[in-house]
Amino acid sequence: MNERPKPDYPGKLVAVEGLDGSGKSTQIYLLHQWLKARGYRVFFSEWNSSVLVKEATRKGKKRQLLTPTTFSLIHATDFADRYERQILPLLRGGHIVLCDRYMFTSFARDAVRGCDPGWLRRMYGFATRPDITFFFRLPLETALGRILEGRPKLKYFEAGMDLGLSPDPTESFKIFQGRVLDQYIAMVDEFNFTEVDATQPVHAQQRAIRKILQERVDLAFFHKRYAQ
Amino acid sequence: MSRGKTFYHHPPAGVDPRKLSGWLLVIEGADSSGRSTHVNLLSEWLEEQGYAVVQVGLKRSTLVGAELELAKQGNVLSPRTMSLFYATDFYDQLENVIIPALRAGFVVLADRYIYTLMVRDVVRGADPEWLASLYGMALVPDAVFYLSVSMNTLVERTFQARTQLDYWESGMDCGLSRDWFESFLLYQRKIRREFIALGKRYGFRTVNGNRSIPALHRELVSLTRGVLENPS
Repeated sequence: MNERPKPDYPGKLVAVEGLDGSGKSTQIYLLHQWLKARGYRVFFSEWNSSVLVKEATRKGKKRQLLTPTTFSLIHATDFADRYERQILPLLRGGHIVLCDRYMFTSFARDAVRGCDPGWLRRMYGFATRPDITFFFRLPLETALGRILEGRPKLKYFEAGMDLGLSPDPTESFKIFQGRVLDQYIAMVDEFNFTEVDATQPVHAQQRAIRKILQERVDLAFFHKRYAQ
Repeated sequence: MSRGKTFYHHPPAGVDPRKLSGWLLVIEGADSSGRSTHVNLLSEWLEEQGYAVVQVGLKRSTLVGAELELAKQGNVLSPRTMSLFYATDFYDQLENVIIPALRAGFVVLADRYIYTLMVRDVVRGADPEWLASLYGMALVPDAVFYLSVSMNTLVERTFQARTQLDYWESGMDCGLSRDWFESFLLYQRKIRREFIALGKRYGFRTVNGNRSIPALHRELVSLTRGVLENPS
């Protein structure tokens, strides 16, 4: 159960990673819409969305009960639930599965919070690696600008306030995001990320990732077998 | 008394082992092995001796304790998800109850610890190395007392405690048998086997749990005295 399962399933797993404000959610939404419209078997899964552990996460965050360890574990629990009930069965059933954030989000954020990188990687050792991981890369200042101008009220954990970096949420957010970005960049080679220039216009990025997907995945295989 | 503490692999983020004093005593054993009775008796004895005591157990965390109880009712989570959920519960108590109590020099009495969690998961097919890593930030207890009871005693005490078998204690989710009693026996035997294997790896002190409550209590008191008087 520990060793990484061989991808002996017919599905394909595509993940997007990057800082808040990198535009990755928009891009995966557009990719999902496009694949659906073309009649492919495709499914979308979002980080931290399992119904069963959502309540515990919400409660923990609200009461600021979480330590770096339990913060990480609760997300891993959420992920395991989605992975074993949705992601893996769908891959085995021959779907394209699109994930808005994957284990790398934990590797980046939780390491910044002080969790041991080896511990994190072993904990997620049960999960398969994506066929393609798009990393939406952009300069820190650009990402901060996008977030800070649109949404001035930062949430406690989102701003990394638990790290005690600064009493000012905006300042704390900037330092925290900078460290998360460093972690992502350090993972590019380790996990073979496919980098996307997230400073480009939305449609240009979308064109680029559609092209990469078409090159690396035999999309014809994923055509729905039955008309709906 | 500032002997400090050790962790199996490394301490959780932000914890300095040198600042921990106090003692962590763990009582392990199957369900109905008499654990809770002896935790309470030992706790009374310790307080009588002037030690401040904090009790911890499983599913008692404020963070996910209630959610875990709920999840058990439905039996809808995969073994892996349950594993991680229990680990969350464990670490929440470790960081928010056990470690602060040890900093203050308390005796922490744990009614079960990571070993029960590991044993249950191994029986359900989890990789022992994955579990050892998952629980690598657990504090090494000053002593683990394992109450070993025979199958006969276990059956008798289980029915004394309640007149019907419990779904989880019978391992009904493991698909060993559709017959509850048979499944209970098969499951508890597997659990026992894993406890013995784990006991060797983690240095349990096995005590014979088939004896009367006063006799067993006397032995636990004497063992506890030894731990408190001889800082390792």
